[in-house]
Amino acid sequence: MLAVLTAPAIGRRADSTSLSPLTSLTELMDPSLRLPVEQSLAARYSEWVAEALDEIQGCFLITDPDIAGHPIVFASRGFLAMSGYSLEEVLGRNGRIFQGAATDRQSVMEIREAIREERTLQISLLNYRKDGTPHWILFHLFPVFGVEDGRVAHFVAVQVPIPRRSRCLRSLAENRHEGGTGRFLVACRNEFRSDYKLGCNPVVELFVDVDNRGLEAEESRHATEQEKEKACDAANSILSTLAHYSKLTGRVISDKRRSEAGISAINSSLVISLGRIKQSFVLTDIQLPQMPIVYASDEFLNLTGYSRHEVLGRECWFLNGPDTDADVLHQIRQSIQAEHSCTVRLLNYRKDRSSFWNLFHISPVRNASGKIAFYVSVQMDENAKSNEHGLSPHMRQLGVVGAVKVAVRSLSMCAGPSRR
Amino acid sequence: MMILKRIPTVLSNYQEAAEPRRCGRNCLGKCCLPISKLPLYAFNGDANPRNSSFGVDETPPDFFLNSLLLAQWEDRMSRGLFRYDVTACETKVIPGEYGFIAQLNEGRHLKKRPTEFLIDRVLQPFDPAKFNFTKVGQEEVLLCFGAGEGGKACFLESAPVGEDNSPNVVAINVSPIEYGHVLLIPLVLDHLPQRIDPDSFLLALHMAVEAGSPYFRLGYNSLGAFATINHLHFQAYFLSMPFPVERAPTQRVPIAKGLLCHGGVKISLLLNYPVRGLVYEGGTSLKDLSDVVSKSCMCLQENNIPFNVLISDSGWRIFLFPQCYAEKQALGEVSEEILETRVNPAVWEISGHMVLKRKKDFEEATEQYAWRLLAEVSLSEARFKEVKDYIFGAIGLEESKKENIKLEEKKETSFQSSAPIVRATCNLAEGCLVLQ
Repeated sequence: MLAVLTAPAIGRRADSTSLSPLTSLTELMDPSLRLPVEQSLAARYSEWVAEALDEIQGCFLITDPDIAGHPIVFASRGFLAMSGYSLEEVLGRNGRIFQGAATDRQSVMEIREAIREERTLQISLLNYRKDGTPHWILFHLFPVFGVEDGRVAHFVAVQVPIPRRSRCLRSLAENRHEGGTGRFLVACRNEFRSDYKLGCNPVVELFVDVDNRGLEAEESRHATEQEKEKACDAANSILSTLAHYSKLTGRVISDKRRSEAGISAINSSLVISLGRIKQSFVLTDIQLPQMPIVYASDEFLNLTGYSRHEVLGRECWFLNGPDTDADVLHQIRQSIQAEHSCTVRLLNYRKDRSSFWNLFHISPVRNASGKIAFYVSVQMDENAKSNEHGLSPHMRQLGVVGAVKVAVRSLSMCAGPSRR
Repeated sequence: MMILKRIPTVLSNYQEAAEPRRCGRNCLGKCCLPISKLPLYAFNGDANPRNSSFGVDETPPDFFLNSLLLAQWEDRMSRGLFRYDVTACETKVIPGEYGFIAQLNEGRHLKKRPTEFLIDRVLQPFDPAKFNFTKVGQEEVLLCFGAGEGGKACFLESAPVGEDNSPNVVAINVSPIEYGHVLLIPLVLDHLPQRIDPDSFLLALHMAVEAGSPYFRLGYNSLGAFATINHLHFQAYFLSMPFPVERAPTQRVPIAKGLLCHGGVKISLLLNYPVRGLVYEGGTSLKDLSDVVSKSCMCLQENNIPFNVLISDSGWRIFLFPQCYAEKQALGEVSEEILETRVNPAVWEISGHMVLKRKKDFEEATEQYAWRLLAEVSLSEARFKEVKDYIFGAIGLEESKKENIKLEEKKETSFQSSAPIVRATCNLAEGCLVLQ
């Protein structure tokens, strides 16, 4: 067995109980997220939307995939009442905090995939309240798209409680099917995935109650038509409210992605993945001649003092300035030409024109076709003090490169809505 | 004795070395390792790690995976230690219900003389004369991995291995299937043969948990199920997509009694998938889940049934596939067409990730074809039932006789499109997956 190590600790404090979910821990949201989370709705739907949403009956959450961690930016009063949480405990957190040990893992995967593929999903799910008690809900998720750029602006998750029903009612519903289980799957693909058709392929599942031993022993719980309608009605109300208020800011949304809204280089699932990398880096698109920046991490913005819209679309050399060594720049250009990675140290300038020594690493990133699609460049302020947890600066840069390579390659594998 | 000629996959740059390694070449053997220093990651071995959380001042859960494993991997790439750049290999999702993943990789398979593999014995003693991981160069090692003491995980960039210490080592796979493809070699100096035991399986599960991503999966191939090297190792890599097997429907095995004895582990049958298998989930602790699965594997080992194991969903779901492909191949029972693709269905292929050697196979890959290939791997229904009964006997599980559930063969019908039985009643976007 390994000896005890004296080293900076990294990690994890384990919860001693196993079946209860994370709800017993009262963590506050990461302070750096506070402003983006609070601004998320107002920026697109104006300050008045919160009040309007509060008037909609029902339990629902709104999340923002563009903020790191894909956090909740709105929770309805009905949701808070149902779950027992307060607004502060929920804002800025990711929706998985309501899952727990008995939540079906395959359902969790379905939700993850629906988010990734930016589509609607309706599924029964076992969730946990703040007090640790489990309850079944019909979970109805749908994206809203910005009309102008075609990207997902927010996801909305409507939740309708599914109460326990008596056995005879349940077997009435089940009567039409034979015994045996599988999963009932109806997939009607959206119009922009037309390059391959997914047939609608029912595989029948039937829940057979093995014993009456509590909710967690239930494999699944079916929602009635009424409950599904309730979910759809709430979804429609939320959607029309959001659509209406989005007109006030001009950043209009819709439930459908406009197919002409340009194929963006970066779809929201890639943004979500990149958002997990907590270091300064940018992604440049090399398929366009001026090599514009198509993604910039929050840490990059903090380091350089620019805001996101000042950076996106800009060519990648703008951090250089009068005293930046031309030879070093040449070295970088040569590496790009040769399709190699390169590590250099160069003088860069922030927005306020103050300079800093940048430990800079750039590397080509291929997508699923095997061809180079982006370059990732990682910046590190030589003088910045940070908790490195035992890793050298160079290793930390390589970690960014690795994570980006995996994300870009995986997420470009299937014909998604934003395709390269 | 059944023997197959096969061209093995090269996992290490030292695998094909004709002459034996000498000391002083910085290998992983007793000659060099104890006096070496390697990066060390010690996970919190104390409590149930699946419900852990982190404070504001600690690194996020993806430290181990992103900052450490992938960083080291990228470093080895830049040092030219891999036989090819896997990210330059074209890959795609095959259109279909399950989304099988195909990759065109001509470099993975060697052009050399095939070697002989004994394939009808799942348990074979370790042979130090053959290639094993102590012969690997230390540059191929990314880090040592093991349980630390104390309540927190920690990392040391350079820690002495020490005498009398047999570390668990994470090394690169020089013929990677995907970015980040590594090998986990428990107790490397102990020269364990390729066989599952409770401790090593638990270690593998811990690694899945530490990685903290449902897309970082571990796999195990027994001998006879396309393990290349008879030295205990697991494989792992990162693919940010669901594997087809993870999408397949499952049916919970109703338990008459024994559920509580096994720490709440739930076992299901895999349905509507070309390879029959069992799915293990849950458990009140990681160790409970690990013990049930490792007992099942050991039962198969003792009954000489080759198998593959997939650890997915950050250690929450484990798939066990008994298989018989190698035997069929040796008996000449596999069709020539399938043999020509030279796909050896090990755990990744069975899970739905196919590495194809020929461009023609890659371009013409269809879900039907993948299905047909994998169906050759599966045990027949009758044989699977037998094996399942062995396993349940070994773990002390009694299946409930309450329901008479007939498992239908759904192979032929699974690709036919038919009109949706239920339409989503809401007038939202048509892209709608209704799952009940």
